[in-house]
Amino acid sequence: MIKENGKVMVHVENLKKNFDKLEVLKDISIDITEGEVVVLLGPSGSGKSTFLRCINRLEEATSGKIVVDGMEITDKHTDINKAREDIGMVFQHFNLFNNKNVIDNIMLAPVELKKMTKDEAREKAMALLQRVGLSDKAEAYPSQLSGGQKQRVAIARALAMNPNVILFDEPTSALDPEMVGEVLDVMKELAGAGMTMIVVTHEIGFAREVADRIVFVDGGYIVEQGTPNEIINHPKEKRTIDFLNKVL
Amino acid sequence: MIQIIQSYGTMILRALGQTLILCLLSLCVAMVIGLIFALLNVSHNRICNFLGTLYVDAIRGVPLIVLAYFIYFGVPAGMKMMGAVDFRLTALQAGTAALSMNCGAYMAEIIRAGIQSVDRGQMEASRSLGLTYGQSMRLVVLPQAIKTMIPSIINQFIITLKDTSILSVIGFPELTNMGKTISGNTFKSLETWAIIGIVYMIVIVSLSKAAKRLERKLNVGR
Repeated sequence: MIKENGKVMVHVENLKKNFDKLEVLKDISIDITEGEVVVLLGPSGSGKSTFLRCINRLEEATSGKIVVDGMEITDKHTDINKAREDIGMVFQHFNLFNNKNVIDNIMLAPVELKKMTKDEAREKAMALLQRVGLSDKAEAYPSQLSGGQKQRVAIARALAMNPNVILFDEPTSALDPEMVGEVLDVMKELAGAGMTMIVVTHEIGFAREVADRIVFVDGGYIVEQGTPNEIINHPKEKRTIDFLNKVL
Repeated sequence: MIQIIQSYGTMILRALGQTLILCLLSLCVAMVIGLIFALLNVSHNRICNFLGTLYVDAIRGVPLIVLAYFIYFGVPAGMKMMGAVDFRLTALQAGTAALSMNCGAYMAEIIRAGIQSVDRGQMEASRSLGLTYGQSMRLVVLPQAIKTMIPSIINQFIITLKDTSILSVIGFPELTNMGKTISGNTFKSLETWAIIGIVYMIVIVSLSKAAKRLERKLNVGR
């Protein structure tokens, strides 16, 4: 079900992104409502990840407008660091800080950005570790964790800043198959708790089960979007049908 | 040989002390210079990149001995032309300046390579949490870069220690200069230079052994 009436959390209008002469995003417009879980599907190179990275300005949009929770990301005068505090991101390759143990990974940003005192941050971090099922790993270093554990810590790290929205950039693509489930479970729990989530993934099962809306992206455009039932079971566009035939 | 050690031993040790002072001072300044120019080089600003590259290329393109002459003789002459008649540099000041500028350029390259060896995702993850570029560099990237830089930095330390001998040309009373004095006084070149060589060797070998131990210790935490 597309949530029509809620507050718009992410507003994207005519977003274009070029890398030199290569047009990756040609014209993307979308509104994402508070609490909505949106899954982006599409072939590799279709611009899904680039789109995600434009939302917190890890990539600079070439043109167009992005507004997240009232802050205009594409406006040069916006304090991007301030805006990013409320936009969590989870990466394909986890990107845990290798020089810090698990608890310090989670505490770093809240403490450094003066969101919390050290004690508050520690308490919060422990609570988050419990939430992702890793209370016993607080003192471990990233190199001592499995891929699935790393990604769960990365999710806890993003949550520590109390973000309004979390961007997931292929969070399970670098994992061994047996670890995909534990990460998806954490994401399901988050979705259930009402977090606004934008997820780039190839996990059709997750999309079917958890997404409020699936957006199919190809060639730098949104080809079609709708509920999981509409997109996965009754796709209208030929490109969507071709893609689903390959992955299902 | 024993005779030389007996009569010149304390002077050799004092000269060694001067060598070490010059070396340590230069290394400290070089670390700062190196860090500054490395940060200029990895920044995304073209003007910064240009300045960084310009410095490194200019210094690496000039022999240390020429740089030393330029600073010790050339700069005061230039100051005189501009009206500052009393401007003088001691051999220690000029030597430290020349050595740290020289070492700084190499250090900049070492630090730049170290920073670039850290996966880009580390910076991105840090920035995505709202930390500034500076905070991310200081708290996440540089601490990781230092580990990979340590062997090269130690190597550069040793090169700089040996390069202090070049500064005997501006009359700084370091170890090599002392060697010249002793061999001039005693006419015993073979013994004198053997002793001087051995003193350098002892210091450098023990330094690099200590450094190896430090390196191993730092790697344990990984």
